[in-house]
Amino acid sequence: METPASPPTAAPPLILVHRGRVRAVPGVAPDETLLAVLRQRLGLTGVKEGCAAGDCGACTVAVADEAPDGTLRWRALNSCIRLARSVHGCAVWTAQDLTADPLLPGDGALHPVQQALVTHHGSQCGFCTPGIVMSLFVLDQQRPDGAPVTREQALRALSGNLCRCTGYRPILEAAQALSAQPPARADAARLRALLRQAAAIAGDDAAEHGEEAPAYLAPRTLAALLRARRRWPQAVLVAGGTDAVLQLTQQRRRWAQVLDVSRCAELARVLTVADETGAGRLLRIGAAATLHEAFAALQAHWPALAPYWERFAGQPIRHGGTLGGNVANGSPIGDSMPVLIALQARVALAAEGRAPRRLALEDFYLGYRRTALAPDEVLAWIEAPLPAPGEPPPRVAAHKLSKRFEDDISAVSLAIAWRLDEAGRVAHVRIGAGGVAAVPARARAAEAALLGQPWGEAAVRAAMAALQREFEPLSDGRASAAYRRAMLASLLWRTWLAHGGQPDGPSIRLDEPHAAERLLAATEVRP
Amino acid sequence: MNAPLAALPRKALAESACGASPVHESAVAHVTGQARYVDDIPAPAGTLHAAPVLSPLAHGRLLGLDASEALVLPGVRAVVTAADIPGDRWLASFAHDEPILALDEVFYAGQVVALVVAEDERTARAAAACVRLALEPLPAVLDVEQAHAQGHYVLPPVHLCRGDAAAALAQAPHRLRGRFRAGGQEHYYLETQVALAIPHEQDEWTILSSTQHPGEVQHWVAHALALASHRVRVQCRRMGGGFGGKETQAGHVAVWAALAARRVGAPVKLRLGRDDDMRITGKRHPFSYSYDVGFDAEGRLLALDLTMLVDCGFSADLSGPVADRAIFHADNAYFIPHVALHSYRCRTHRQSFTAFRGFGGPQGMLAIETILGDVARHLGLDPLEVRRRNLYDERPCPAWTAPLPPGAHPLPARRDTTPYQMRVEDNVLPALLPALAQRCRWHERRAAVAAFNAASPVIQRGLAITPVKFGISFTATQFNQAGALVHIYTDGSVLVHHGGTEMGQGLHTKVLQIVADELGVPLERVRIAASDTAAIPNASATAASSGTDLNGRAAQRAAAKVREQLAAFVAGLDGCGAGEVRFAGGWVSSPARRRAFDEVVREAYAHRIPLWAEGFYRTPKIHYDKATLTGRPFYYFAYGAACTEVAIDTLTGELRVLAMDILHDVGRSLNPALDIGQIEGGFVQGMGWLTTEELVWDEQGRLWTTGASTYKIPTAGDLPLRFRVELWPQPNREDNVFGSKAVGEPPFMLALSVWEAVRDAVASARRRAGLPADGPLPLDAPATPERIWRACHAA
Repeated sequence: METPASPPTAAPPLILVHRGRVRAVPGVAPDETLLAVLRQRLGLTGVKEGCAAGDCGACTVAVADEAPDGTLRWRALNSCIRLARSVHGCAVWTAQDLTADPLLPGDGALHPVQQALVTHHGSQCGFCTPGIVMSLFVLDQQRPDGAPVTREQALRALSGNLCRCTGYRPILEAAQALSAQPPARADAARLRALLRQAAAIAGDDAAEHGEEAPAYLAPRTLAALLRARRRWPQAVLVAGGTDAVLQLTQQRRRWAQVLDVSRCAELARVLTVADETGAGRLLRIGAAATLHEAFAALQAHWPALAPYWERFAGQPIRHGGTLGGNVANGSPIGDSMPVLIALQARVALAAEGRAPRRLALEDFYLGYRRTALAPDEVLAWIEAPLPAPGEPPPRVAAHKLSKRFEDDISAVSLAIAWRLDEAGRVAHVRIGAGGVAAVPARARAAEAALLGQPWGEAAVRAAMAALQREFEPLSDGRASAAYRRAMLASLLWRTWLAHGGQPDGPSIRLDEPHAAERLLAATEVRP
Repeated sequence: MNAPLAALPRKALAESACGASPVHESAVAHVTGQARYVDDIPAPAGTLHAAPVLSPLAHGRLLGLDASEALVLPGVRAVVTAADIPGDRWLASFAHDEPILALDEVFYAGQVVALVVAEDERTARAAAACVRLALEPLPAVLDVEQAHAQGHYVLPPVHLCRGDAAAALAQAPHRLRGRFRAGGQEHYYLETQVALAIPHEQDEWTILSSTQHPGEVQHWVAHALALASHRVRVQCRRMGGGFGGKETQAGHVAVWAALAARRVGAPVKLRLGRDDDMRITGKRHPFSYSYDVGFDAEGRLLALDLTMLVDCGFSADLSGPVADRAIFHADNAYFIPHVALHSYRCRTHRQSFTAFRGFGGPQGMLAIETILGDVARHLGLDPLEVRRRNLYDERPCPAWTAPLPPGAHPLPARRDTTPYQMRVEDNVLPALLPALAQRCRWHERRAAVAAFNAASPVIQRGLAITPVKFGISFTATQFNQAGALVHIYTDGSVLVHHGGTEMGQGLHTKVLQIVADELGVPLERVRIAASDTAAIPNASATAASSGTDLNGRAAQRAAAKVREQLAAFVAGLDGCGAGEVRFAGGWVSSPARRRAFDEVVREAYAHRIPLWAEGFYRTPKIHYDKATLTGRPFYYFAYGAACTEVAIDTLTGELRVLAMDILHDVGRSLNPALDIGQIEGGFVQGMGWLTTEELVWDEQGRLWTTGASTYKIPTAGDLPLRFRVELWPQPNREDNVFGSKAVGEPPFMLALSVWEAVRDAVASARRRAGLPADGPLPLDAPATPERIWRACHAA
């Protein structure tokens, strides 16, 4: 239910764990962001708005909740595009809270993250600093005792934080300097107790509502979710909200009613299950699993994809966004779909009173940002077949081209999964492409050019030509149509070079981790 | 890694704060979120919020405005248009060519036509989207070449000629002609533009503004409200980044907030959303270049004819001095005997391009560094050697006896004089450049890169060294003045007011160090007050890298004056000369006695000795004739050089900057940690301008890159893996505060080495592909992956 500017109806108080106590914030609208609540209602103006789009990280806060298995889940989230009500019952910290929270050690002194940034001259104008503090604070909460902070970890933790002043060097050094001391962790027992107390007060949003339309629904079970979806089909369906909330902050919309799928237990899980034949296995990623959790699972089965996932947005988006949201959103430049298409993933669409229906991911997309999701349906799972025991797993390669390596949107992406038979012929191949059509697309012509052919230059060149024939990319500010078309071929050629071609010269992709180390080592000039 | 903490001097001298590296005076407040920016300061009760209504057209006639739909929304108070301006409807800018709110014509997509005032920001913005504009499209000029062809300028062209470039080009043994373009740059200060306008009794106003130039905000607001300046007080505690983007641009926002506040009779805050900020405000000027260069077989430049088409956008703003500075830096560090520099200040229907770190210097220097790269490649010479051969030096300049074209300046006697007739007297580059080459192992790495490239079919690498020579001072001589006040309270604590503003650069920290040393008290005894027009009148913008040079000296003089008053008092008590009284470490010592500073202050107060003083500073030696473009516009030059190594992927055009070595001249550093911070931050920002930061407008002239999702400034991952910065160890040869040199802008241009390294890699890729690479390359800035890929493959 979207209206241009009419204020929505009130809702019960928002419950947060904050500075060692449970806090109730009254009058929070369903479409109010966490940033707005923190700054305007709690006076925590240390949280900054830099872009209101989850791209700069100035608004980063730490959020903790208890996972179903009882472990504490720490996340760095972009508060500017996080619905405040989505953290109902969670614990929240801003940079202002680190010297004021009785759950943290140090008795009001600067947290080690803050001290390191001061010591290393890590702030200049200071506006991005509170967000950087919180990204590093979450890193510090998550790292095991005695584990140093590597440059890679620091870069990952800071991948969603822009700084325009420092050039980042002192910030990276401050992060790595944390290695010298143990993590300054929050008191886990007290935090758990507070979270349980908050949960008791927060209650269950899935409880039956009367005739009046509830403003914010966050059902805990799939049954309740599907019932709410059928009953309130006009409610805006939100998971992590990392894209949907842009309608509020960028397009100045208002939402009167929100249906939040992120609390649904069945949808938050990542499982390995038997397929419907019972013979095979599926990796089943719940639509409410965060990108971070989903990528961890995908990466466990297809390690070659790891560098690609590192380039998916910044860490706060990976902590806040969901794979289901990325898939359901259906953007032609969404980064997960080309890979999922190559992995033969399907979506499971659930509705009350019907068995979930399954669609191949490429068939889920009907047109530009249009999907096959019915008004009473919810995207429940994304399922990718796992190799049968004993069967060699397919090779996978995924590529992304953008103006900037980190935290950028693809101009073109290409993912390939293939398997060779004993004779070296292509026995299986799936190719997904992004940025080259109105929808995330499967490259059937290119697949056909490869299938059954000996894996070699001739077949690859034929597939490159087919790829270029089968898509009509557009020009926009990210890239021209001509470049996109040329890159389809380049990326397939790159795949070949890394998997059989290129007898001479080093095979280095500049987007790989440690590319710079390898390149500098290759020409190291010794004194 | 560069600048490990251990390497920074803890204290340069036992008792001196200057030369040590105390942390930023707000560092603790930054990390704890306590540091307040304008939007964080609790606003008075009843404060309303404004949001702008923007023109969707690049050029059009404004026929009418229908706000009825917006006005009926709950919480909406008013819609403000040009009709609500009590004073001049044109902004009090230099050229007086910008309407405060659109009158009967709109000049760019993003121009502010009206403001909506509402009870909260969200409502104001939603209502602004409901205001309907009746616009009739007019033809728009969206390209600088088109503007030039049509003679569509904001200011007249400027030509600076010395010798006879045409004749010298005709005689030159070698000659190259080329064209290329450089894109603009969005400041992307993390804090968007914001102002809070508070009306008081009797038409007195307080404006809280995130501005680099409170004095101009005061002047502009007073002008728009038809008030005398003494009724308007402007304050700025800090900005969340400025980079030139809050020099004039903050003034617009403050004027809009004030007009809205006057209209509704209540305080009004105007904070631009990122998208509106990017649509409305000016950016770095895009340039289009064409050049014709003559040189000898050793790569020595003989003559240069350079045309710079400057995209100024719809109004003049600061485009005149920006384009002038591009002329003043089109030589960078090199002597060019015969020059003809042509600068056209083109009017396009786009945002009015404005000040941005370097202020035209980067664009001027980009031209000559590109040309020298082309020259070296054309002759097959070492590009560093070619650059060294062309540096300013003391050798005689060959005479030119033929008559000169009208208006051309004569050739100088020696190769030490710039085209604008200023002698380069403090050149450290002949020593600095070889020192950097040695530290970064230039020759060995050139060979290693060549060997790598020969064996690498996909990845190609590039290596480049470029120097920087950047003139310090406002070219408009009158701006080179500053004032300060130093107050000592009876408890011995010290408060400093100065005319500069803090945008992250550490100005307040450096002034604090200077004053602490002057009074011989610990840093903790001194605080810097928020910038305030009621304390320091008529202060210049904190710009042109001059913040510390000007305000630091003014504060030093104010502190010295109070100290002298105290010294005379102590001398009277102890019967010694005032010159014998020493101030150090919080103690005041005469030959007779040692007293705590606080005690002296208390006694001085009791004896009715003034405990405060003002200081004033004007930069000496500078003069400049705008008519002939000659003189000494700069007090001194700041120098530096950078060596950058890059790798490109010839399949995709992807770029990674691998390593960077910098040797930079900050004179005697007031605060090495802050200076290194400026150098690193400037380099990375310059790297962004030349690589990932691409502004895109659609065919209708609407900006497409309106946020961080489309406009890509560098991230931590773009930082070169090897990143080394060292400071040149000599003090400023001119008498500048502490012997230091300005550091805000010069390091930005160290990033030209990234550009030249990319072009080096592209040339190598072209040679491998059998394409011509011995002259100008088909590459424009920024070097995005798509542009690099095209440059590697274009015939």
